Amino acid sequence: MLDFDDIQHILLTRVPALTGRYEFLSFRNAGGGRAWLSALLPKVQSAKEVRASTENDNRWVSVAFTWNGLRALGLDEDSLATFPEEFRQGMVARAEMLGDTGRNHPDNWVGGLARSDLHAIAILFARDAAERSRCQVEHANLVARCEGVEVLSTLDLEATPPFDYAHDHFGYRDRLSQPVMEGTGEVPTPGSGGPLKPGEFILGYPDEDGPPANLPQPEILSRNGSYMAYRRLQEHVGKFRDFLHEHGKTPEEQELIAAKLMGRWRSGAPLVLAPDKDDPALGADPQRNNDFNYKQMDPHGYAVPLGSHMRRMNPRDTAHNMNRRRLIRRGATYGTHLRESAAEDGAERGIAAFVICASLIRQFEFAQNVWVNDKAFHELGNERDPIIGNQDGTLEFKIPKRPIRKKITGLPAFTTVRGGAYFFLPGIKALRYLTALGDSRPA
Amino acid sequence: MSDTSRQGDWTKPAAMAIPKGGFFKDEVEQGRYGPIFPKTPACYGFSIIAKIIPGREPVFYEYAKNIEKAVAGQPDILAVLKLHYLRWNLFDINGETYFQYMGIFDTDFDKYTEDAVSIFAATGLNTVFENLEGFPKDWKTNAPAFIKFVRDHHRPSFLEYGEYPFVSADEIKKALQLKAAFSNMLDQMQ
Repeated sequence: MLDFDDIQHILLTRVPALTGRYEFLSFRNAGGGRAWLSALLPKVQSAKEVRASTENDNRWVSVAFTWNGLRALGLDEDSLATFPEEFRQGMVARAEMLGDTGRNHPDNWVGGLARSDLHAIAILFARDAAERSRCQVEHANLVARCEGVEVLSTLDLEATPPFDYAHDHFGYRDRLSQPVMEGTGEVPTPGSGGPLKPGEFILGYPDEDGPPANLPQPEILSRNGSYMAYRRLQEHVGKFRDFLHEHGKTPEEQELIAAKLMGRWRSGAPLVLAPDKDDPALGADPQRNNDFNYKQMDPHGYAVPLGSHMRRMNPRDTAHNMNRRRLIRRGATYGTHLRESAAEDGAERGIAAFVICASLIRQFEFAQNVWVNDKAFHELGNERDPIIGNQDGTLEFKIPKRPIRKKITGLPAFTTVRGGAYFFLPGIKALRYLTALGDSRPA
Repeated sequence: MSDTSRQGDWTKPAAMAIPKGGFFKDEVEQGRYGPIFPKTPACYGFSIIAKIIPGREPVFYEYAKNIEKAVAGQPDILAVLKLHYLRWNLFDINGETYFQYMGIFDTDFDKYTEDAVSIFAATGLNTVFENLEGFPKDWKTNAPAFIKFVRDHHRPSFLEYGEYPFVSADEIKKALQLKAAFSNMLDQMQ
């Protein structure tokens, strides 16, 4: 049985938010940080609370900390040392391995996210802009009351129109393939595989390999917690649309190119099931839109190119130990919508997402290092993920096709990493534990 | 990630001298568990040398039979490791028995290391490592400790050679399949 009343809601629930805001914080002294957390704690809802009241609530709050942040709150060195190496190092130190080089390098990140004094994130999801504004003012007042608490930066979230389904600025339908955990009561959609052991995502529970091991100490701190890899990815919408026009003469051809990059039509319809023509009804139908495999249905990539984004992020039955590599994605889009007919306006827009997992090195970093940025993925050579891979204009994208494949050379970068961080998302009791830490060591 | 810059013409045999320590200065690629040993004309590989716990030699011979049986029963059991060849040896130095484990494969070891650990754990292929001195007892649940042991006992090459440099096992299998397909086609034309 999962401790629904102790698990932060973001791990288990999706909320009907159209806006939101991330605030990135630094604690100049431990007492101030703990005062901030104590004041915010009553607003941080568990999965149980959110499940019971989603329809009535207008805002949902989560908090998480970097390793430096846990130290800044006063967590002792013995406890800090029990966190895994990759979390202790942080995302900046792992940049090269993650593919965050060139334009994606932390030197170019914004919002102070590459700073070692990034300590915490407060995540607000709000039903509408008015509620966000109200919360923003309230939080500003709280920060002002807490000595030594500084806001390094903020990011406002905005859903992109049309609002009746989740999608990114490129227009791709999102949230189609999410893992389901045992004990949540959720039923996986057809094709999504069986429910996974909760320990793949929540600390303190058995995972696909057995009982939990090597958890951060004390147990109250780690139980019902998880890790979140934050990624702020700018989407270059103008460049993406130019690319589609360059490689497709008709709107239909342009849509097909967009689909080949992703592995799904922008409607969400998977190319395996709709290889030649978009099928929006299929894309919108969760009972059908994930019900496919690659090994039997598309072994050579004639429908979904071997190097497409979807095939890399979830190779399904063409990779080993998939159950140990799954990721939960949460987050939202930010920035204004660029109208279809509008020219690139230079404004930053993109996705600000969290990848949630029990082991950053085994799950998030594996996906990033081996699936997204490995040029040798599926023996492709000279390719990386066409949507989120590190692209410097020298790589290619191959589209299998009879009699001969189409090869696009000089693939541009459609996205740029603008920031990121590793956070620990404690359970509610663990948050309480953190608020009660003594001031035994200087922050 | 992998570097394809050195990968040239497979028809041209190539040798690569490797600096002391196993890395090319200023070209060290970082993997999830530390720096990655370079890909050479002989692909990726490792040479793990470790002392066995005295008196455990018979276990290694038993282990060999287990591996033989496991692969015969499930030929793709090691597929995730992207191997070309594995070689196991036992040898003596000053009356003490050492174990050598050499592998040639197409992906850096760090990449699939958790998969390797899970294969060993799931199939009972584990016994041999547990008979090495210093091997972490909690390896089944502690991949980083397993990897540290492998790294600590890896002796990097100073020279590697490939008759068909950088060609992956998958490419070789594809070529053989193509040959078989042509052969079949010719049969059908008779």
